[in-house]
Amino acid sequence: MRFKMILASSLSKKIYMSIAGLVWSAFLLVHLLGNLQLLNPDRDPFNKYSYFLTHQTGEFIYLAEFLLAFFLITHFLYAIWVQIGNWRARPQGYSMVRWAKNTSKRSLGSVTMIYTGALVLIFLVLHLIHFKYGEVVYYTPKGYTYQIRDMYFTVMEFFRNPVNVFFYVAVMVLLGFHLSHGAWSAFQSLGLSGKRFTPFIYTIGVLFAIVVAVGFVFLPLWIYFTRGGAL
Amino acid sequence: MEKKKLTIHLKVWRQKDADSKGKFVSYTVNDVNPDMSFLEMLDVLNEELIKKDEEPIEFDNDCREGICGMCGSVINGTAHGPQSGMTTCDVRMRMFKDGETIVVEPFRARAFPVIKDLAVDRSALDRIMSKGGYTSVRTGGVPEALSLPVPKPNADEAMDMAACIGCGACVAACPNASAALFVGAKVSHLALLPQGRPEAARRVERMVAQMDEEGFGACSNHGECEAVCPKEISITAIGRMRREYLRAMFK
Repeated sequence: MRFKMILASSLSKKIYMSIAGLVWSAFLLVHLLGNLQLLNPDRDPFNKYSYFLTHQTGEFIYLAEFLLAFFLITHFLYAIWVQIGNWRARPQGYSMVRWAKNTSKRSLGSVTMIYTGALVLIFLVLHLIHFKYGEVVYYTPKGYTYQIRDMYFTVMEFFRNPVNVFFYVAVMVLLGFHLSHGAWSAFQSLGLSGKRFTPFIYTIGVLFAIVVAVGFVFLPLWIYFTRGGAL
Repeated sequence: MEKKKLTIHLKVWRQKDADSKGKFVSYTVNDVNPDMSFLEMLDVLNEELIKKDEEPIEFDNDCREGICGMCGSVINGTAHGPQSGMTTCDVRMRMFKDGETIVVEPFRARAFPVIKDLAVDRSALDRIMSKGGYTSVRTGGVPEALSLPVPKPNADEAMDMAACIGCGACVAACPNASAALFVGAKVSHLALLPQGRPEAARRVERMVAQMDEEGFGACSNHGECEAVCPKEISITAIGRMRREYLRAMFK
């Protein structure tokens, strides 16, 4: 196959978007599991985990960050490319559209992918500003001889503000919609489909979206209502 | 017993040719027999229009028994009308209520330019077929049945894929005007059979390249195509096309 086609055919574009989307889906799950340590009233485990990721994994953290950024940019650029092509493919729209029910997998999530995706991307930039490049407070955990960053404190402070809580909850719901179509769709785009497998992966995809969205919605709400913001 | 006749209001897309701007025109058809097909109802309307010395509505049709793939319009927002597994000619007037307004539009896609009114040019699909929807073998006499074994499940699935009549409803229903189900069915049909295997990689590559060149959108896995396909071809066809494509990528 010619190089241009490998890079730019309509099927190839979706293949790369799928791979990038699945990498990010996996990252989201790990991120959620790590964040569950925020439920612990003791701040040390979360901060030690955070310190481990940033300071005790050597060069690995840079590789991970590079890969995440690379896949994010791939996903983003191909999404724009695909979407423009799709809009151009029907210059004159229908005056009336009624979704075929039956076996169709069209949903609120599937028709809003480009919009939920764009909003989540904006969120991601703000999210990095809020936390990774946010307020840095150092403290010495029990049994340590040196100071590490108190990320736990930064998070708790941030979610004292109900505006922040609302913003995070809203975007995580949008992320849920994005994943409700994106997760199973990635498998279909990679050709992983079949009469038995497709219904199975569709269910798994929706469940995954619910777990991730509910998890990330729950955390800020829980912090707000149990750690002072609402008290 | 005589069935109650229907009064049907229509909003039909009228367009002189590909270059002119179209618009909706309203018509009312009285005394519609509920057992009429949708196209027969349009015939009745056209007769009236001709008598009034007006231009009749142009629409594609041929066999009128759901097998040729010639007919096709978007009826009330759904390709081939409200029920699944049907062509436009299969649609009966009893599926509509008395006094209902029905919106009739052509299949819309950049790759399907309007010829006139509801008739669109679907030769883009033929050009895709010409790139690989065949096996280039010399056909002699009928071979001995067991000389080329085909597993029964493969034969069945190939038959399901071969059921595609190329009507273009998948393109019409797709939010992206993608022809993935059509190409998927054609690629899968031959990829499942031993006669099609030797050219499988070449076929998928050439057909996908032509599909992109014709200006169809990319598949987003909405699955609308499967839901409107008159032959109910599953989107697993698209999955199989992608597997064939991935294989071809590494060749």
